[in-house]
Amino acid sequence: MSFDIENYLSDQSNGNVILFYKGNIDSNVINHVLDTVEDKMVAVNEQSKLRKKVYNVLVESLQNLYHHVDRVPADFEDQTAEKFGLLVVKKVDNGYKIVTGNFVQDDNIEKLEEKIKRINRSSHEEIKELYKFILNHQRISAKGGGGLGLVDIARKTGNKLEYSFKKYNDKYSFFYLDILVTEEN
Amino acid sequence: MEPIIIEGTPKTPTVKFDSAEGVFEIKGRSIPENSVEFYKPLVDWLESYKESPLTKTVVNIRLEYFNTSSSKCILDVFKKLEAIHRAKNEVEVNWYYEEDDEDMLEAGEDYESIIRVPFKMIEIVE
Repeated sequence: MSFDIENYLSDQSNGNVILFYKGNIDSNVINHVLDTVEDKMVAVNEQSKLRKKVYNVLVESLQNLYHHVDRVPADFEDQTAEKFGLLVVKKVDNGYKIVTGNFVQDDNIEKLEEKIKRINRSSHEEIKELYKFILNHQRISAKGGGGLGLVDIARKTGNKLEYSFKKYNDKYSFFYLDILVTEEN
Repeated sequence: MEPIIIEGTPKTPTVKFDSAEGVFEIKGRSIPENSVEFYKPLVDWLESYKESPLTKTVVNIRLEYFNTSSSKCILDVFKKLEAIHRAKNEVEVNWYYEEDDEDMLEAGEDYESIIRVPFKMIEIVE
């Protein structure tokens, strides 16, 4: 299978894209994305409960990219991006969809996938307990992440984390995370 | 002790820690990429305040958003308050949340269950 971000995204084309970004994820980009999406939700009078959930999930997913992405592969077209990430925000019938994408070295896939699977097989109560446990027992890592981002996303959305890994070359894959934020948990 | 007064920004909260008043406040948004950098001075300040605190300290937390990296730093703030409370001083945390914001209420309840300091959950009704 060939590697093509745009193809992957057009495969799931239902819903209106309100923001698309690919490139370096730095602090300014994060600010800009948050402001843009917040303004758009306010402009359509989105109810505040949903607006807050979307905002929170966006913060966590962007900062996950900021803290955790692996370096881009040496043969990737965009070498200027130290922290290359992809973000799509879409309005769907019952809420918003947030899709992120980033490179992952194959050695790191197992750990990430295990983490997601653990979250996905947990009940809401178990996720709450897991959150509290990590909050109370895990230090902030050298990369600056707290290890809570995905747990928090699952907790706030009440939905399973959908994801996939698409092979890029013999060392790297591209990781897509597909988050649905709905009005009701 | 010199008070800490920090103006809020879109990503960091307004902070007012004044040992003359004994009412401390953290308010606004706390979503910086590097939350340790922001909170370390606050935690250090509380460490000094702990040496000779007022008999009663009230802490108002009124956050609209906070990210998970801030959540650990806020826990560190509460741990200092817990130590002050443990040394037989009165400490009270007022945790504010907007009326439809169950996530913020739950976040307050998380801390309440971890930290041995009296919490009051206060709903802000518009």
